[in-house]
Amino acid sequence: MLVSNLEIVPGKRIIKHLGLVQGSSVRAKHVGRDIMASFKNIFGGELKGYTELLQESRQEAMERMLEQAKSTGANAVLNVRFSTSSVAAGAAELFIYGTAVILE
Amino acid sequence: MVDIIILLTLLALGYGFGRYAEGRHYRSIIQREEKLQYLVAVSTKIIPPGEQYSQSSLVCGNVVISVDFFKRFLAGLRNIVGGRVMSYESLVDRARREAILRMKQEAEALGAKLVFNVKLETSSISKGGGNSIGSVEVFAYGTALIPHS
Repeated sequence: MLVSNLEIVPGKRIIKHLGLVQGSSVRAKHVGRDIMASFKNIFGGELKGYTELLQESRQEAMERMLEQAKSTGANAVLNVRFSTSSVAAGAAELFIYGTAVILE
Repeated sequence: MVDIIILLTLLALGYGFGRYAEGRHYRSIIQREEKLQYLVAVSTKIIPPGEQYSQSSLVCGNVVISVDFFKRFLAGLRNIVGGRVMSYESLVDRARREAILRMKQEAEALGAKLVFNVKLETSSISKGGGNSIGSVEVFAYGTALIPHS
């Protein structure tokens, strides 16, 4: 499955558009990571725990989107966009959407 | 009295460690930026004609950085008089450059020479908590174009 945030694929033609596909994941913070983060709030620096957490949840949202794309019979997802929103205190929603297409 | 001592200790710790961490981070950013200068990341969508690309792939990089206690204290003071909040400017600058670097590193591992349609997204993930934490997440993503080998 080809994933890209361009609208075209160099050297390939789009045969059919299959519409929007999306995937999301809501993750809450871990207590252990939260304690580490509060230490970091005094010293400053990267919060590695959170970086990993967000990376994992984006991966999961991406997998959900790809599953949906696969079920519609697409072989590529173009014009992919990411969006992040905090739905509640301590939880973040990662949302990915794109257009499922069939490439020749 | 004890409160004042705790506050001063936290400020001193934040100042010392924060300055050290920031300096080290900036040195590492500048060094890696120089190394990855050949890999161009642009925000346009139009691919220049001429060279043929065999493959394209989504690449991304993210980072969460927190500001130290001393800088947060300064920013709090700045809120009273208004004006430029220098202590947060450097925080966001570091986060953006680091996210772009991580994206480029992923592209480098794929053997790409160009990253197109780069988008940056900034969000404060711990907003809405009891104590507002000055940490920011920057996420950078784009499409890496891999030339014919």
